[in-house]
Amino acid sequence: MPWQEEARRLTEMKTYRTHLMVCAGTGCVSCGSLNLKERLESELKDRGLSDEVKVVITGCNGFCAEGPIMVVYPEGIFYKKLTPDDIPFLVEEHFLKGRPVEKFLYTGPAIKEKVPLLKDIPFFRHQVLRALRNRGLIDAENIDEYIARDGYAALSKVLFSMTPEEVIQEVKTSGLRGRGGAGFPTGLKWEEGRRYDSFPKYVICNGDEGDPGAFMDRSVLEADPHSVLEGMTICGYALDAHQGHIYVRAEYPLAIHRLNIAIEQAKNYGLLGKDILGSGFDFDISIYPGAGAFVCGESTALMYSLEGKRGMPRIKPPRSTEAGLWGQPTVLNNVETFANVPAILLKGGQWFASLGTEGSKGTKVFALTGTVSNVGLIEVPMGTRLRTIVYDIGGGIPDKREFKAVQIGGPSGACLPTNLLDIEVDFDSLDEAGAMMGSGGLVVMNDSTCMVDTARFFTDFSVDESCGKCVPCRVGMKVMLNILNRIAEGKGEMEDIERLERLGHHIKESSHCGLGKTAPNPVLSTIRYFRKEYEAHIQEKRCPALVCVDLIQFRVNAERCKMCGLCKKACPMDAITWEKKTPAAIHLEKCVRCRSCIQACKFNAIE
Amino acid sequence: MAKLTVEDLKRIKEEVRSTTVLREGGFRARINIHMGTCGIAAGARKLMSIVLKEIEEKKINDVMVTTSGCAGLCSREPMATVEILGTPPVKYCDLNEEKMKEIFIHHVLDGKIVEAYALARGSETTY
Repeated sequence: MPWQEEARRLTEMKTYRTHLMVCAGTGCVSCGSLNLKERLESELKDRGLSDEVKVVITGCNGFCAEGPIMVVYPEGIFYKKLTPDDIPFLVEEHFLKGRPVEKFLYTGPAIKEKVPLLKDIPFFRHQVLRALRNRGLIDAENIDEYIARDGYAALSKVLFSMTPEEVIQEVKTSGLRGRGGAGFPTGLKWEEGRRYDSFPKYVICNGDEGDPGAFMDRSVLEADPHSVLEGMTICGYALDAHQGHIYVRAEYPLAIHRLNIAIEQAKNYGLLGKDILGSGFDFDISIYPGAGAFVCGESTALMYSLEGKRGMPRIKPPRSTEAGLWGQPTVLNNVETFANVPAILLKGGQWFASLGTEGSKGTKVFALTGTVSNVGLIEVPMGTRLRTIVYDIGGGIPDKREFKAVQIGGPSGACLPTNLLDIEVDFDSLDEAGAMMGSGGLVVMNDSTCMVDTARFFTDFSVDESCGKCVPCRVGMKVMLNILNRIAEGKGEMEDIERLERLGHHIKESSHCGLGKTAPNPVLSTIRYFRKEYEAHIQEKRCPALVCVDLIQFRVNAERCKMCGLCKKACPMDAITWEKKTPAAIHLEKCVRCRSCIQACKFNAIE
Repeated sequence: MAKLTVEDLKRIKEEVRSTTVLREGGFRARINIHMGTCGIAAGARKLMSIVLKEIEEKKINDVMVTTSGCAGLCSREPMATVEILGTPPVKYCDLNEEKMKEIFIHHVLDGKIVEAYALARGSETTY
């Protein structure tokens, strides 16, 4: 029988003196971490260390910028950017002779000394891991390692010592709010779902992560799939539901692969399926790969998609908790929300609520990307200042550039400027600032980013992804995009700013679903915080960040030109002439306005 | 079909945790085997094997095993340093498997230094 075979394997488990945790999140895998693993294993074998040193494949470690990453335990030493050719030296020096290899250790911006230990690296030091509690510490494809870290302990506690009402009360006490973006109180949603006496009921996990630059859900699913399965099963028990669905993007093959393995293992152990742990409670989970429509992240559209229909939102009420999938009571939560659930039930709602702010408890996972030194996946307590996230964890802005804005919440979110860096990030403060938590994408932008262009990018995205059901979103967003295009081409009028604001507010108020209600946010927030930049485009026909090509003259400022010739090297059209000791010159008849010279110039000499 | 019970779950947790706990920190003691060329030539690998075997058999989960390079005293290899955290480390020399086992039982588990094999207190710095 399956689990007894597992048990036999367990008794054969060996003690190793060292564990090498090789990151195999999507980021590190694409940097070649699996080759690293192979080379490590063969090298350890050649050196006769296979019985002493174990190689473990983990999910995303978080510090994607430094990948491929390997962490060595028990010491906790952090190696970065390893290649297979580094392995023989590393194995001999560190794993045989016990000398950590300095050249592979971390050194950061503003840090001269090498930092050997993971826990001392600023990127990790400021983080608090709850949803990501197992990241980098377990083999995501091995259920036993999840169990060893208290996995499924919450489920057994719930099944044998708590009533569904007590479970819901505990979640309410925790103050957990939906991590998918809107921040609806999770306990309240579960209570609603339990209230309706119509069976069967469904539990859905929303893994349709579509924001540009966001990869929180993917990382959780890749690093710790069992935590999501356990959270969903607990939710099922609270609702008296027996079927769960995970709706996950088909573009996440590794996440789907690991989920499949996890579900298989859980079934073998009887932690999913009939009569879980002998409690009499049945629960099953299936995976549904979505075809990648942004609007399918909206709960009702997602449910239609699950039913095999076209993914379009419908009018609420009735809420999904009353009539959701197949018209039955359904609770839909985000991946990260479910990942938080087991810890809440095990340690108590009070414990969870001890971190965070008045209205937002616990922690939040963010995907930190853009022009920031430490790109990666982070988890911080609610209420952490943006400044801490960008400068302490993110390591600040590289290439001697200046911070300009941070885009939070993707196409539903906003660009927040420098004077809001001290904002304490939670659901309510972001709402006040005209932004939105969204699912947690955080894109840092430096001074070479044009805010009109940024607004245009996100508006273009929303126009593409609008399902077309309601007029405000379908037509209104397109009109906004046309106006933005006009401004970026230098044909804007001052009245356009007001038009954008008026139209934006109308769209927010009258759109059908969350997509339309939030789609104007990028435009409205950039007007609110960077109005001068819009005015420069319209009145002076000038793009201060030199991004909008129609407003760039492509002329060399002879005073600023240091005559270095970098622009000439960068120009793919040979449109630049330059000799030593003379300023460069751009010949507009050959220039195709590709901006290569602007990017190459270190002195802002091209206007 | 027979499935896991709550007791099975707890058993798996305990057994697996004893092999993965080294990732979590919180160690009580550290054994450092000196693995320079001299140490390896004198038989340090055997010391390593016997230590790992003891840990495995006795299901110890609060002892860290590390290696380090040559301690500079090649004639007294194989050597090992035992450190009960919070107390000064003790260096042992001229070891063999039996002596190592003795040290493991008396010093690492019981906290009593085996003076007969001890060379000195103190250790070179390792991470």
